[in-house]
Amino acid sequence: MEKTKSKPARRIRPLRRAFDRSNDAIRNVMHASCFLGPSFLGVLVFFIVPFGVVVYYSFIKGPMDASFAGLANYESVLTNGAFHTAVKNTLVFTGIAVPLAVVLSLVLALMLECRIPLKSQFRTFFLSPMVVPIASIILVWQVLFHSNGVVNEFLANFGVEKIDWLKSDFCKVVIVVLFEWKNLGYFMILFMAALNNIPRTLLEVADVEGASALHKFFKIKLRYLSPTVLFVTILAIINSFKVFREIYLLTGDYPYTGLYMMQHFMNNMFNKNLDYQRLSAAAVILALGMVVLIAILFAVENWFGKDVEG
Amino acid sequence: MKKPRLFGRTALTILAAVFALLFLLPTVLTITNSFMTQSEITANYGQVFATVKQGTSYIADTINLKFIPDKVSFSQYITVLFRSPDYLLKFWNSVILVVPIVILQLIIASVAAYGFTRWRGKVSDVIFFSYVILMLMPYQVTLVPNYLVSDWLGILNTRWAIILPGAFAPFSVFLLTKFMRRIPNSLIEAAKLDGSSEFQIFKNICLPQCRSALYSIAILVFIDYWNMVEQPLILLPDASQQPLSVYLSTINSGEIGIAFAIAVIYMIPGLLLFLHGEEYLVEGIAHSGSVKG
Repeated sequence: MEKTKSKPARRIRPLRRAFDRSNDAIRNVMHASCFLGPSFLGVLVFFIVPFGVVVYYSFIKGPMDASFAGLANYESVLTNGAFHTAVKNTLVFTGIAVPLAVVLSLVLALMLECRIPLKSQFRTFFLSPMVVPIASIILVWQVLFHSNGVVNEFLANFGVEKIDWLKSDFCKVVIVVLFEWKNLGYFMILFMAALNNIPRTLLEVADVEGASALHKFFKIKLRYLSPTVLFVTILAIINSFKVFREIYLLTGDYPYTGLYMMQHFMNNMFNKNLDYQRLSAAAVILALGMVVLIAILFAVENWFGKDVEG
Repeated sequence: MKKPRLFGRTALTILAAVFALLFLLPTVLTITNSFMTQSEITANYGQVFATVKQGTSYIADTINLKFIPDKVSFSQYITVLFRSPDYLLKFWNSVILVVPIVILQLIIASVAAYGFTRWRGKVSDVIFFSYVILMLMPYQVTLVPNYLVSDWLGILNTRWAIILPGAFAPFSVFLLTKFMRRIPNSLIEAAKLDGSSEFQIFKNICLPQCRSALYSIAILVFIDYWNMVEQPLILLPDASQQPLSVYLSTINSGEIGIAFAIAVIYMIPGLLLFLHGEEYLVEGIAHSGSVKG
C-alpha cells in the first residue's frame, strides 16, 4: 500500500487524491487475493480448518456425544503406556541423531572448504543419498545389519559378539546410521552456503593478527553460522520425526519396542478403531510440543548470535 | 611450514574418501547386486530373507556381501520388466501420484509466491508466518487434519487424498517467495510503468527470473514425495493403488531374486534428476538456508 507514494507527484486536489488512493488500495487487495487466494484457500481447507476441528474434537467426549470433555482425552493419551514408549523412543532418537547430524554435516562442510582435490566430486557423493529413496536401499541395510550380516562379521574380527541389530537395544544405531546417511548431504550444503557468506575481510584480519585455525573457527565462523546451526537443527528435528518411514520399511508394522515411534502410535489408532478424540489430542500435544521446541531454539539462537549482523 | 600442511591435506583427503565410500556403498551395492542371477542372490542373502523356501536352492550359512556378480545377468530386469507387470503397475502408481503433486504445487506456489512478494502488509505477513509454522509441523500433526478433510470430501482411499494436500503444501511457497524477493523491485516498477498488468509482470518477469529456482524446487518436491510412505499408509490403504515405495517393503517376504532390480528401477528417476540438475539443487538448498530472511 505504501508503494503508491513512489508514483510521480502530480498536483491534484486532495479529494481526488484520496479517491485515487482508496481505489488503488481496493485494486491492490483484489490483486493480492487473486494471487494469494488459491494457495491460501487450499491451505485453509486442507490444513488450518481441519486442524481447528481437530482441536475441537480433542475436547469433546465422542463422535455421538459432543459434550465438553475437559482434558479427559489429553489425560487418556498422556497416561497411555504406548504413548510413553513412543515419546521416549522419539526423544531418545532425536537426542542422538540431531546433534550428531549437526556436528557431522558441519565437519563435512569444513572439510570441503579446505583445499583438497576432487572437491566437487566429493560434494556429489555426499549429496547422492538424498535422492535415493529409502525403499530402494533397505535391502542392503538388511544384509548389513542381519545377525549373520556383514557388520557382525566385521566386528567379529575384533572379538565382538554377534548382535541382533534390529531386535535388541542396538536397534536405534541402525536407524541413526540410516538417518545420517540420508540427511548429512543436505545439511552439509546449508553449512557450505553459510560458510561462503562469512565476510572474507574478517577472516583476513584474523589471519594477519595470527589467529589459529581453531580460534578462527570458534570465535568467528561459529558466530556467523549460528542461524544455520539453528536451521539445520530444526530441519533435523523435523526429519527425525519422519524416521518412522525408515523403521516401517525395515521392520514392518510391529518393530522391536525400542523402535516404536510416535507415528506407530498414531497409525495404531488410525487402523484399529479410528479413535478421533485421542488422535486429535495426540496431534494437538505434538503440535504444541513442536511450537515450544522451535520457540526455545529461536530464543537460544537470538541470544547466542545477537552481536552478529547479517 | 609446507610439510605439515601437505600432511594435513592428505589426511583430510583420505578422510573425505572414506566418507565418500560409506555414502556411496549402499547405492552402489544395490546397483551391482541387481545384475546377479536369482540363484546367486538366494545363495548369498537367503539367510536374511527367512521366507525363502529351504531346500529348493543352495543357501550359504553366512551372508556374502559381494560387489561384483559372478556372472553379469539381466535376468532380474527381464523378469521385472516383462514377466511381472505387478511391479511396473506400482511404479506407475508412484508416477501418477508424484507428478501431479509436483506440477500442481509449483503452479500454485509460484502464483502465491508472487503475491507474497508484491503485497507485503500485516495480513500477508501473518499468512506467510502461518505457512512457515505449517511447514515445520511433522506428519503426525498434519495427517489427522488431512484424514478428516479427505473423509468429508469423500476422497479417502483415492489418489486425490494424497495429491490435493500435496498440491497445497507450503514448502515450495516459502522457498519461491524467498527467491522472488531477490528480484530487483526496479524491474517490476519499470514493467508497471510500461503498462503491464500484474499477471503480465508475473508471467514475463518473475517466472523467467525464477526458472532455476523452479527447477530446483521441482527436484526437491519430487524426491520428497517419491520417497513417501506415511501418507499412502493412512490415506490410501488400497494396496492396488499404493506406490512402489510402500510395496518394496513387503518384497522381502517373497521374490528377493528380483528385489534389487526393482530397487534400482525405483531410484532411477531421482538419480537422473540429480545428475542433470545437481547445480540447481545445491543452489535451491543453499537458498532455503535461513528461516528468517
